Amino acid sequence: METRVLIAGFGGQGILFFGKYIAYIGMEKEQQVSWLPSYGPEMRGGTAQCSVILSDTAIGSPVIPEADILVAMNLPSFLAFESRVKPGGTMFYDSYLITQAHRRGDLTYRGLPATKMAEENGLKGLTNMVMAGAALSVLPGVDEEVITAAMKKTIPERKKEMFESNMRAVMLGLAYPADGGQ
Amino acid sequence: MSEKVLIKGNEAIAEAAIAAGCRHFFGYPITPQNELAAHMSRRMPKVDGVFLQAESEVAAINMIYGASAAGVRCMTSSSSPGISLKAEGLSYLAGCDLPAVVVNVQRGGPGLGSIQPSQADYFQATRGGGHGDYHILVLAPNSVQEMYSHTIKAFDLADRYRMTVMILTDGFLGQMMEPVVINNEQLTTNSEKPWAVTQGKGKNIINSLFLKPDALEKSNLDRYAKYQKVEESEPLHEGYLLDDAEIVVASYGASSRIARNAIDEARGRGIKAGLLRPVTLWPFPKKAFAKAAEKARAFVSVEMSMGQMIEDVELAIRCRRPVLLCSRVGGVAPEPAQILASILEADKEKAI
Repeated sequence: METRVLIAGFGGQGILFFGKYIAYIGMEKEQQVSWLPSYGPEMRGGTAQCSVILSDTAIGSPVIPEADILVAMNLPSFLAFESRVKPGGTMFYDSYLITQAHRRGDLTYRGLPATKMAEENGLKGLTNMVMAGAALSVLPGVDEEVITAAMKKTIPERKKEMFESNMRAVMLGLAYPADGGQ
Repeated sequence: MSEKVLIKGNEAIAEAAIAAGCRHFFGYPITPQNELAAHMSRRMPKVDGVFLQAESEVAAINMIYGASAAGVRCMTSSSSPGISLKAEGLSYLAGCDLPAVVVNVQRGGPGLGSIQPSQADYFQATRGGGHGDYHILVLAPNSVQEMYSHTIKAFDLADRYRMTVMILTDGFLGQMMEPVVINNEQLTTNSEKPWAVTQGKGKNIINSLFLKPDALEKSNLDRYAKYQKVEESEPLHEGYLLDDAEIVVASYGASSRIARNAIDEARGRGIKAGLLRPVTLWPFPKKAFAKAAEKARAFVSVEMSMGQMIEDVELAIRCRRPVLLCSRVGGVAPEPAQILASILEADKEKAI
């Protein structure tokens, strides 16, 4: 079983950190993982994407031509990557920033107003981890123990005061209803 | 003690060098190898080592020349255009039979090219890079774990044969993270180097200038006797579904990972495809290719270059089978679908 997660957005939105957290989730589940950034000359403001593969067997290519799970953190990413989701796959997007009509009938769309949710809960800047929490809801075998252990590994020792707020953001996204509460 | 960590390929190389007893690193910034030097700048002071950002790539490789002559384990790293600048130094290191470990995290070229991954420096690496008759030993890892283990191996090989060992990798493997088991203790140590300028009772002179033709010829012949030993003992390859393979895909480094996916898809369609991945690019695993050619109908060389390794494949099998090229260049990696299409094309070749 191999799960391919593609995360895309602006540089500075914490795309790579998001990917690293997903990779550690896989490691906590004793899976093989790969984490591949797109790297450009830009650090902030440009496009950023991160390909993470979690697998029960050895990973061949770290490149993701078709994703099982796509997370779009801004409109350009939504438009660019909607076609790169596998039929039957899930597309997560920040519905507070993206009000784009869905163009495919063979995907599950999961919009959540992550930026708004983060701001209202005093977690400004942690939109990425709210989205990460939502994405965790479709990964098999992810329980609270895995979620916590992976976060401990993802947050470097020198920033450990960030642990609690990141955990809150993840739990917020995870708890968001799949049908958007409708 | 060992631990499993999630780190970038570039960082794995730096950690491995420290585990191999390297305490002298000289470099100059260039993408996509920057994490390597950055990691060294943090770690070297903690292990009483030297991290020095030189004023240029030329300076850095000549610092390697000096450090190696003094008998210590040393390393420099760069990316394609920076390696071109080091080419003169590589030739001098060879002319003096000095061990060194040089890392090339390849990017698109020629010229300044791009900062995206590439495998277009194959010729440069496997033919030595600089002027004169010489070789460097070239290792091509294809995972972050191998970035670690091959770097440790590189230091031992460099000392054993008193020659430069290059880790030839690319922006993909340098930038990607995978779990790596790293060791917190030193795994291998500097060899005894009685030839070093700091050793011996008399004077040890290290020099590549031989004005008398017969003396220079002898030095070249001695060096090539050494290279012959390397060619006999050190070729390494990895096979995947190779035993019954009728279509053999040749690919190294990052592109070999993608090729593996395409081979799985081809097998799913009933095509007996397999991967022959050179792990050492010089010495090229010629015998493994000659053996594979006994069963294979055709070969496909998958590389992120306009077709460089394909020449070594053709030479290794003495052109007895057709060899197709599957390539992307300019910082683009081939997709499994493109490689699969090449395998299907190769599958049209008649049975022997």
